[in-house]
Amino acid sequence: MNLDFSPEDQAFRAEVRAWMRDNVPQQVGPAIGIPSHKETQFAWERKLGAKGWLAYTWPKEYGGPGWTATQQYIFDTERALAGAPPCGPFGLSMLGPVLMRYGNEAQKQRYLPPIARGEEFWCQGYSEPGAGSDLASLKTRAIREGDHYIVNGQKIWTTQAHWADFIFCLVRTSNDGPKQKGISFLLIDMATPGIEIRPITTIDGHHHLNEVFLTDVRVPAENLVGEEGQGWTIAKYLLTHERTSIAGVADSYYQMGRLHEAVADDPVLSQDPVVTRRLATLEVDLMALEYTNLRTLDRVAKGQPPGSESSGLKIKGTELQQAISEAQMELGGLGALPWLSPAEDVHPVFAGATQRYNFLRASSIYGGTNEIQKNVLAKLLLQL
Amino acid sequence: MDFSYSQEQKMLRESADKFATKGYGFERYKSTLELPGHCDSTLWSQMAELGWLGLSLPEEAGGLGGSALDVSQICESLGSGMVLEPYIAGAVLPGRLLSLCEADTDLLGELAEGKAQFAVAWAEPDSREDPAYCTTRAQADGDGYVLSGHKQCVLNAPNATTLIVSARTSGGDHDADGISLFAIDPQSAGLELKPYPVMGGGYAADIRIDQLRVGADAMIGQTGKGFAPLDVALDHATAATCAQALGAMNALLERTREYLRMRKQFDKPIGSFQVLQHRLVDMFIEVEQSRSMVMMSSVRVESTEPAVRRRAVSAAKAYLGQASKFVAQQAVQLHGGIGVTEELDVGHYFRQLSAFGSLYGSREYHLRRFAATPAE
Repeated sequence: MNLDFSPEDQAFRAEVRAWMRDNVPQQVGPAIGIPSHKETQFAWERKLGAKGWLAYTWPKEYGGPGWTATQQYIFDTERALAGAPPCGPFGLSMLGPVLMRYGNEAQKQRYLPPIARGEEFWCQGYSEPGAGSDLASLKTRAIREGDHYIVNGQKIWTTQAHWADFIFCLVRTSNDGPKQKGISFLLIDMATPGIEIRPITTIDGHHHLNEVFLTDVRVPAENLVGEEGQGWTIAKYLLTHERTSIAGVADSYYQMGRLHEAVADDPVLSQDPVVTRRLATLEVDLMALEYTNLRTLDRVAKGQPPGSESSGLKIKGTELQQAISEAQMELGGLGALPWLSPAEDVHPVFAGATQRYNFLRASSIYGGTNEIQKNVLAKLLLQL
Repeated sequence: MDFSYSQEQKMLRESADKFATKGYGFERYKSTLELPGHCDSTLWSQMAELGWLGLSLPEEAGGLGGSALDVSQICESLGSGMVLEPYIAGAVLPGRLLSLCEADTDLLGELAEGKAQFAVAWAEPDSREDPAYCTTRAQADGDGYVLSGHKQCVLNAPNATTLIVSARTSGGDHDADGISLFAIDPQSAGLELKPYPVMGGGYAADIRIDQLRVGADAMIGQTGKGFAPLDVALDHATAATCAQALGAMNALLERTREYLRMRKQFDKPIGSFQVLQHRLVDMFIEVEQSRSMVMMSSVRVESTEPAVRRRAVSAAKAYLGQASKFVAQQAVQLHGGIGVTEELDVGHYFRQLSAFGSLYGSREYHLRRFAATPAE
C-alpha cells in the first residue's frame, strides 16, 4: 500500500497547477459552484478546449488528452483547488461516453470534436413531470415517419437548456412490452421548430433549470443513437460512468479552505471552540470521503471495475457539500442575508453562502436522488 | 498510489481470520470472560508462536520488523472474531513504546515470546486522555527516584508482569517536556492496583503510587523525553484499535444483513421494507468510509512528520468514534428484541464498540487534537 502519487503524477500535478494559476480568470472565482453567467462559463470552457484539456476524460482520438484515470483525477482536483467551476457535464461526461460506446462513426465525427473544443453545448432531456425517480415511465413520444421521428412531449428540470445547442433525449418509441424496452436515445437540435423553453427559477434565485416542450418536432432518423429500444440500456450505462469524480471531493476541499479563511479573518469566530469543532468535523468527514474516492480511483486506474465502496460516494459527497455550505451560511450570520445584492464589509464566502446553500439542495436530488441510490445499493446488499 | 495489500499481508490476514473466527467466536469469547484477567494464556502463547506479539518489534529483538499496516490486518481479524486477549494494550502499545525508547532487547524479547506481560500506565483521572498531562511525579532521590501519583484505567495491568509508568521528572502538569518512563514491577511496595473488568471485555486497573522507590535503571529512554515516544506509540495503538473496531463493525454489518434477509414479519423478509433497507445502506457506507480511514491511518501513522501522523490518526479515531456507534446502534435496533440481550453476539459487539469510543482518546479529544494540528 502506498498513498502517494508517483513522481510522474506529481510532476503532472505541478504542471496543471501552474497552468491553472496563470489561466483561471478572476471573474470565474466568485461565481464558484453556481454557473449563472453563460459568457464567463463558455469563455472558460473554450480556453480549456483550446489547450486540449476540456474533454479531459476522453481519449486522444476524440479530441481529449488521453490521460490516465489518475491524471484525470489530478486535473479535476487542481481545477477545483484553483477555484474554477466544473465544466458542463452534459456533453463531456454524459453524451461523450455514450457516443463513444453506442454511436455510429458519423455521429462520433459530427458531435464529439465540437464538444471537446467547447463550441457546442448540450443539455439532457431525461426527466418529465410524471417521470422523475421512476424515469422509465416517461411519455414523450417519438413516432417514425419516413426519414424522421416526430417528437411530442415535455421534459423538465432541464439544466441550461437555454444555453444549449442540442439536447439528448430519452423518448418513447414503443408502448409494447415492459416500459424500459420502448425507450430510445435521440439527439435533437434545439433550433428545430416546435421546441419551446420555459425557465424555472430555483431557490438560489437563479435560472439554471427549464421546462422543454416538444410539439411535432421533426428529428432526422440518423440522430437515433444505438438501436430503437436501446435507450434504457444506454441510460444505465451512463450511471456506471464517472464514479471517480462524483463525490466532488476537491470542490469541497476548496470550499473548506475558503471557510477556514473567512473564519480566520473573524475575531470572534476564530476564537470560538464550537466553531473550531464544527470545522474539524467537516474536515474529518471530507478526509474519509477523499480516501474512499482514492480507493475507487486506484481500482479504475488498474483497469478494475469500481468496488462497492464507490456506491456511497454520491450520497456522502452531496451530503458533505450541503453541510459545508450550511456551515458557511450559519457562520456568516447576518452577513449571509443580503439577497442577490452586494453585501458590504462581509467576507465574500459568507456573502455568497446563502445562494450556495440553496443551490446545493439540488445535489442530493439530481442524477438519481440519494434515496434512489440507496434503493439500488440495498438491492445489491440484500439480494432478496 | 496503491491501496492493495501485499502478498505477505494477505497471508497474515488469512491466518488471523482463521485464528479469530474458526478458533474463537462467541463461545470462546464467553468462556474467556470467565478467566482471570480475561486472557487465555494458551492463546497468548499461540499469538507469540505466530509471531504476532513481536510483529512490529525490530528483528534484533526477536521481532519481525513489521509495519503498522501489518498490525492492522491482525487487529481487524481480532475485532471481527471478538478476541479478548489484549493484543493492543499488551503487545502493540508496549512493543512500540519500548522499541522507540530503545529499551533493552531482552525486555523486548520477553514481550515477543509472551514470557512477560506489559501494560502502559499513562492516563490519569484529570488528564482527559492527553498523555502530556501528567501529575504523577518522580523525584530524584540518591541514585534512584521516588514516584507518587494516580493512574486511571490501565488496560491489561492486572495481567502485567511489568508496568511502564509515565511520571514527571520536571516541568508543570501540562508540559510535554519533563515526562519520563519507568519500568515497574506491579508487586512493588508503594504501588496499589485496583483491578476491574472493562465493558466489552478485558481487564484494567486504577493504580495508586505512593512513595514508590525505584533504581535509576528503572528508567526507560531518556530523562524528561518520554512524551515523544509515548505520543507515537499511542498513535500506533489508536490506529490499531481503529482497525479492530472496523472488524467488529463489519461483523455487525454482515450479521444485520443476514438478519434482514432471514427474519420474517408480515409474511415478508423484513429486508423488503425500504426504511430498513436504507438503514442497512447507511451502515454499509459508514463501514466503507471507516475502512478508508483505517487504511489511511495505518499507513500515515508511520510518517516521520509528527503533524501528518497526528492528523491522520486523530481524524481516523474521530471518524470511527462516531461511525462505530452508528453501526452498533443500528445493528441492535434492526435486530429488535434479541439485539438488546446478552444471548446474541450482536449485543457484545455493541459493548465492545461502545468501549472503543472511549479508548485511546474520545472523538472529542481527537477532534480537538486534529484542529490543533495544522496541515503542513
